[in-house]
Amino acid sequence: MQTIPLKTSEKWAWGALGLGSFLGLWAALSAFGIVPRQFLPSPLDVLTRFVQLLTTPFAGATLPQHLASSFQRYAYGVLLAAVIGVPLGLLMGWFRWLDAIVTPLFDGLRFIAPIAWVPFAALWFGVGIGGPILIIFAGAFPPCLINAYRGARFVEPRLIEAARMLGTGNLRMILEILLPAATPSIVSGLRVSAGLGWQSLVGAELIVAAAGVGFMMVQAQANVATPTVMAGMVAIGLIGMAIDVMLRQGEAWLRRRRGLQA
Amino acid sequence: MGNAMIGGRSWIGLASVAALLLLWFGVTATGLVSAGRFPSPADFWLSLTQISLRGYAGGGLLAHALQSVKLVVMGFLVAIATGVPLGLWMGWDRRAEAAINPVFLIIRPIPPLAWIPLAILWLGLGDGAKIMVIWFAAFVPSVINAYAGVRNIDRPIIEAAQMLGTPRWRMITEIIAPAAAPMIFTGLRLSLQASWTTLVAAELVGALAGIGFVLNMAQQDIYPGMILVGMVTVGVLGWATTAALSLAERRALAWNVAGRD
Repeated sequence: MQTIPLKTSEKWAWGALGLGSFLGLWAALSAFGIVPRQFLPSPLDVLTRFVQLLTTPFAGATLPQHLASSFQRYAYGVLLAAVIGVPLGLLMGWFRWLDAIVTPLFDGLRFIAPIAWVPFAALWFGVGIGGPILIIFAGAFPPCLINAYRGARFVEPRLIEAARMLGTGNLRMILEILLPAATPSIVSGLRVSAGLGWQSLVGAELIVAAAGVGFMMVQAQANVATPTVMAGMVAIGLIGMAIDVMLRQGEAWLRRRRGLQA
Repeated sequence: MGNAMIGGRSWIGLASVAALLLLWFGVTATGLVSAGRFPSPADFWLSLTQISLRGYAGGGLLAHALQSVKLVVMGFLVAIATGVPLGLWMGWDRRAEAAINPVFLIIRPIPPLAWIPLAILWLGLGDGAKIMVIWFAAFVPSVINAYAGVRNIDRPIIEAAQMLGTPRWRMITEIIAPAAAPMIFTGLRLSLQASWTTLVAAELVGALAGIGFVLNMAQQDIYPGMILVGMVTVGVLGWATTAALSLAERRALAWNVAGRD
């Protein structure tokens, strides 16, 4: 490994070079018609289309409207996963019998990719809001459960023994010992869940939806409107990035707070 | 912690699986859940024998499963063949890291599933589009973990090797790659999972064969038994390929596993 880090100016220069050659190659492929422009619009075309979509509707709504309906489903699905997954994980971390009952079922279901729930989602909910929520839930649930469970299982045994000696009951034990101790693990699980949920949302909307940014992209694909497909990808990437940055900030804030308390 | 039941653990697990099966039988037999919503065990069995013996959606279960496994393995291999070397290189060469990272930062937030419409536009409904999206899905974890693997190598090991005048090629094959291998395998496991998710999604959106295609046809035919067969097959295949990868990991990293125990 080259052990000496680059100077900041050097780093920026290499970064600009990398980014420049990526965009340059893309623009050149499209401009010289090496790939037909219909299939590979230039970066500028995509940007123009993105700006256009902010106000012009496509597939029944403008991009912000599609994003709003996507985001609503997303929020419901992830919240549901957190509300069920975290408490169940904590309970499993405390009650061994519950762990023994749930773990084999959970392990069996986990290997089924969340997206494979699509046909049942369509069967049960049609193109309504329930279908995507089910799939987002299937994607976001496992990390919520696993991290809450691990967090609860690996609590410092001395804390538990001390609390026990003082006669703490099950409920207080879970709420006042396990939950605070497991919080860092739960929070990083939520971050993973948020990412997986966003992924599942896109998949769900490609197949079972009548609105949303994934739906917009499928419609664009059917119309060979490549710039619109790529503008959709940009929007999905931006929102995904924003979600991740916010949760990272939250996690860092929590760590700092706990660090100060300790 | 809790009430210890270590000895009875597997017994309880077995009992809970049995209870679930009984519950499944119960709610479908009594009509609590209608057959149009969720299949009964008998429906499941009928669908399973139908697709295995007579075929469904243009082929037998084995043919569909092989088609899906083939695409996952091909996309996965292309992804690790490109991703792992790139990650190793980025870990080794600071300039490469500085140049590639910004591009990576732009592409990475786009979920692999979001490439599906573009892949279909470019390559149609055949195998090429699926391999492309699987490549995108599996590429990112391969790169990141190979990169992190190199970065986490103890510096003294590298400095010692450098001091002894180890040539560059031997440095990569005998120091860097083995030391980064445990992290690389972690990345591969994530890549494999991502590959399956992406393949199923891509086949659901548009395909001519494969397990996702079976699911898609079953959905259109409103055939709950076959949907369940498809889902179970996806689970079994995902489990089997993960197990195969773990086996490969144990072989390749025998030194590391032995050290851990």
